[in-house]
Amino acid sequence: MFEFIVDYYNYWAYIGLMMIGFYAMMAKKNLMKKVIGMNVFQSAIIFFYISISAKDGATVPILEYAHNGHGHPSVDVMQYANPLPHVLMLTAIVVMVATLGLALAVIILVYRRYDTLEEDEIIMQLRRG
Amino acid sequence: MVAQYPILIVAIPLIGSVFCPLIGLWRKSFCYYWTVLLLSASVVGSIHTLLQVIAGGAVHYHLSGWPRPFGIEYVVDHLNAMMVTLVSVVSLIAAVYSRRSVEKELPDRMVYFYTLFILQTTGYLGIVMTGDLFNLFVFLEISSLAGYALIAAGEDGAPLATFRYIIMGTIGGSFYLLGVGYIYIATGSLNMADVRELLPQIYESRVILTAVAFLLAGLAIKMALFPVHIWLPDAYTKAPSVAGVLVAPLMTKISLYLLIRILFDVFQPRLSMEMLPISSIMVWAGVIAIVGGAVMALAQTDFKRMLCYIVVAEVGYIVGGVGLGNETAMKGAILHILNDAVMTAGLFTVAGIVAYKTGRHGLSDFQGLFKKMPFTMSAFVIGALSIIGVPPTCGFFSKWYLIHGAVISNHWVFLSALIMSSLVSVILFFRVIEIGYEFSGSHHHGAAGGAAKLDEAPLSMLIPTLAVSVGLLLIGIYNQTILSRVIAFAVPTF
Repeated sequence: MFEFIVDYYNYWAYIGLMMIGFYAMMAKKNLMKKVIGMNVFQSAIIFFYISISAKDGATVPILEYAHNGHGHPSVDVMQYANPLPHVLMLTAIVVMVATLGLALAVIILVYRRYDTLEEDEIIMQLRRG
Repeated sequence: MVAQYPILIVAIPLIGSVFCPLIGLWRKSFCYYWTVLLLSASVVGSIHTLLQVIAGGAVHYHLSGWPRPFGIEYVVDHLNAMMVTLVSVVSLIAAVYSRRSVEKELPDRMVYFYTLFILQTTGYLGIVMTGDLFNLFVFLEISSLAGYALIAAGEDGAPLATFRYIIMGTIGGSFYLLGVGYIYIATGSLNMADVRELLPQIYESRVILTAVAFLLAGLAIKMALFPVHIWLPDAYTKAPSVAGVLVAPLMTKISLYLLIRILFDVFQPRLSMEMLPISSIMVWAGVIAIVGGAVMALAQTDFKRMLCYIVVAEVGYIVGGVGLGNETAMKGAILHILNDAVMTAGLFTVAGIVAYKTGRHGLSDFQGLFKKMPFTMSAFVIGALSIIGVPPTCGFFSKWYLIHGAVISNHWVFLSALIMSSLVSVILFFRVIEIGYEFSGSHHHGAAGGAAKLDEAPLSMLIPTLAVSVGLLLIGIYNQTILSRVIAFAVPTF
């Protein structure tokens, strides 16, 4: 059991981060904290992708000059780290940044309208009229 | 040139959207013509592709010529071809319709509105064209981000509704991304057709089970399936009228298309229908969504909000129809995706006209409109009859297939939910018609003076609205052609 936890520590880390973000998005009353939770949540998924292609002692996937010329010159799966998940995450980071920027812009609009970022206070204002 | 159509359908609006702000610097009003021009190009491309698919089967397009598992592939089969035509035609209609409404509601933000409008359509077109799981995520987020921004520009309260939509939408998108990650771990591929061939050997694996769970949960949020629909009514009610016409019919339908794509083309029916209990979960989720949506729609006093809950109920129809898992119900579900997008577009265009003329969209604002806007209201009646399911409007035929499918599967609860919801729609729309005709003329003498100035909508809004209603009748009359030429090939074999 202990080995199961240790061997898959990257998955535990991502699950933990994701749940922290999820909790903040669902349970926090402050809109800013919700945005921070959203960011943690998305980062957790990026960690997940990055960690699945990490490999001990591996290098970049180039044919020659990898491992300072000592590596196998042919393409050997054990010799290089899969670059695809990292490349995918570059795109996902762009999406994440765009979402964050948009969320912050919307928060500014909400603040100008209601003069607060606490969700319960906004709902109280809405009820009043 | 002809061979490049699949990429051009997406690339023309994507690249064109960049030039929209530049054109806006020169002449603000040209943005409208630019949008119509770009979307017309997409419509031409998609109709051409549809005809090509009907004549010769699926079209494969490899970006930059990279072969299948390495590069991004655009695949257009019968299901896509129908969806891409639907998306481009509905967006073009929304674009033509938009001019007066945007001039009135967002006079100083026209340029940005049209830029986002084009980007939104690009996202939708990309989602339905692509055959690559990660490329799909990117387009899903393009359309979601553009949608958030479009909705946030709406009336009072729109930013808060948008914020909730952002939170829910991000959870949905992230779950989808996680599901794709698990599929990638298991297969090392992101191409849908490739994954479909590689997966069956490891269907027993728990990694695949996790992937299915994450993908379906993410899509359920994006399609606003009943318990997680909470973002939809607020966001779509408060959006600008034109954004409502574009987003409300398309976003949920595209997520439903994705559901069908992922259940039957990424996974195989053997996994989704036999090995896992997905099918019965989906039918029950559909029943809950239909009942929940219909009951909530009854409680609304705002026309747009009522339409939103009807959309929630219609999502239930399609999810349940897919879950029934027989070919008749699948036919009904796919036809209903087409029909419901057109019906919702028709009713939201009417809501937009009413909002343009009266400044509001409550049910009571329909008072006396039948006399003052006969054409708009006849479009409304056709849309309403279609949602209720009266032949020869198209809503009847898809409901017929869904009910027939429920009988074949002996699922009587789903069948009763369908019929109950049709009856509720009768109440919903006849209530509006009753207000519109002023049958009981006693309770609104006060407003008569102000309402007297109302007249028929401007032609640029009226013509697209009437075009949608004619479309509803035509789809209904030619439903057999659509079924036998297109949808029959899109139905997976069980």
